[in-house]
Amino acid sequence: MTTAEASAPTPEELEFQRLIDEDSRVEPTDWMPDAYRKTLVRQISQHAHSEIIGMQPEGNWITRAPSLKRKAILMAKVQDEAGHGLYLYSAAQTLGTTRDTMYEQLLSGAAKYSSIFNYTTPTWADMGSIGWLVDGAAICNQVPLCRASYGPYGRAMVRICKEESFHQRQGFEILLTLMRGSDEQRRMAQESVNRWYAPALMMFGPPDGESPNSQRSMAWKIKRFSNDDLRQRFVDMIVPQAEVLGVTLPDPDLKWNEERGHYDFGELDWDEFSEVLAGRGQANTIRLANRREAHEEGAWVREAARAYAARVDADCSALLEKVA
Amino acid sequence: MAAPGSEAGKHETWPLWEVFIRSSRGLSHVHAGSLHAPDAVMAVRNARDLYTRRGEGVSIWVVPSEQITTSDVDARGGFFESAEGKEFRHATYYTASEEVPHL
Repeated sequence: MTTAEASAPTPEELEFQRLIDEDSRVEPTDWMPDAYRKTLVRQISQHAHSEIIGMQPEGNWITRAPSLKRKAILMAKVQDEAGHGLYLYSAAQTLGTTRDTMYEQLLSGAAKYSSIFNYTTPTWADMGSIGWLVDGAAICNQVPLCRASYGPYGRAMVRICKEESFHQRQGFEILLTLMRGSDEQRRMAQESVNRWYAPALMMFGPPDGESPNSQRSMAWKIKRFSNDDLRQRFVDMIVPQAEVLGVTLPDPDLKWNEERGHYDFGELDWDEFSEVLAGRGQANTIRLANRREAHEEGAWVREAARAYAARVDADCSALLEKVA
Repeated sequence: MAAPGSEAGKHETWPLWEVFIRSSRGLSHVHAGSLHAPDAVMAVRNARDLYTRRGEGVSIWVVPSEQITTSDVDARGGFFESAEGKEFRHATYYTASEEVPHL
């Protein structure tokens, strides 16, 4: 520890702590500890990357959605995800990291995104499970983030949460329609739920004991609830919803605990989580390859637009000179 | 939005713009967020796609982020001082007229 750190807090540090303690908000021009800034850039950009990569599992089904209406809905949802990515990149950018830098980190593989998007979507029912379970888990995680201590992040999350509830409901409706269909459709829905249940629960991150950064994020009021608390809240939410759907949740240990007032649920396979995180999931390679390809193939559009803007600028300047 | 005057947004592929949306006639344009675009025309179009997908607006303004001037954050105490301690500027300061109709 340097002497500066050991000495009394500076006026800036006191002001920062006051904002946190009073549940006020920290804004871009305020002084903030480097670690707070770093944590936010990492968390917000990872979240943005997740939205951008998250377009792919569903993009996979746009051309094959079973009706024109379903195609239109799926396109709207994927478009929302692009939008959510952009809101979040803007929020992260206020911390002094450019969007181009964050984007490079995604494309080079240096930055992470949510592991859930490295699972494949082999059937139409997966569009239902993603909406109901994956977006459901995301909402659980994101609603408390609307009150995150960093202003731009909270504001981006408010906008995102408003739009997410459509995502979850449309997913639920896809599953409900399948469950009211033929035996084959019901089987498809059940198999899909079987595949997505555990990965969705793991979206909340490792158990509290193994999540060392969580506590600091909670002290800074970036995070408001622990991983395990949010996971429990999600399980309590989806059990009755599964009953409405008529699907079984693939967990033999899932049962109501009268004493706790919550559902107990089984151990999750954290080895699988680590494997996917380490890049060995079903689709890690293809997700990044697709993203890079889209970025490279879009290069000429970005360059043309920039060249056009420069040309118009030059023409305007020349005209102004003539007038003067 | 980016911290005005900060380095964020400079030296990027496309410049950064601040977006203001009028949600309906009779209301002011309100800051909605920011985005990247090569020029003003594209900024307006991108703003439509990004911030009005659900009919949130009837009019859009875009402003280059670097064109925004803000008050000095570090000097905000002194800068806004003259508004402090002047409760007499608020109607609630005057209590003698309580209970008197239409006052």
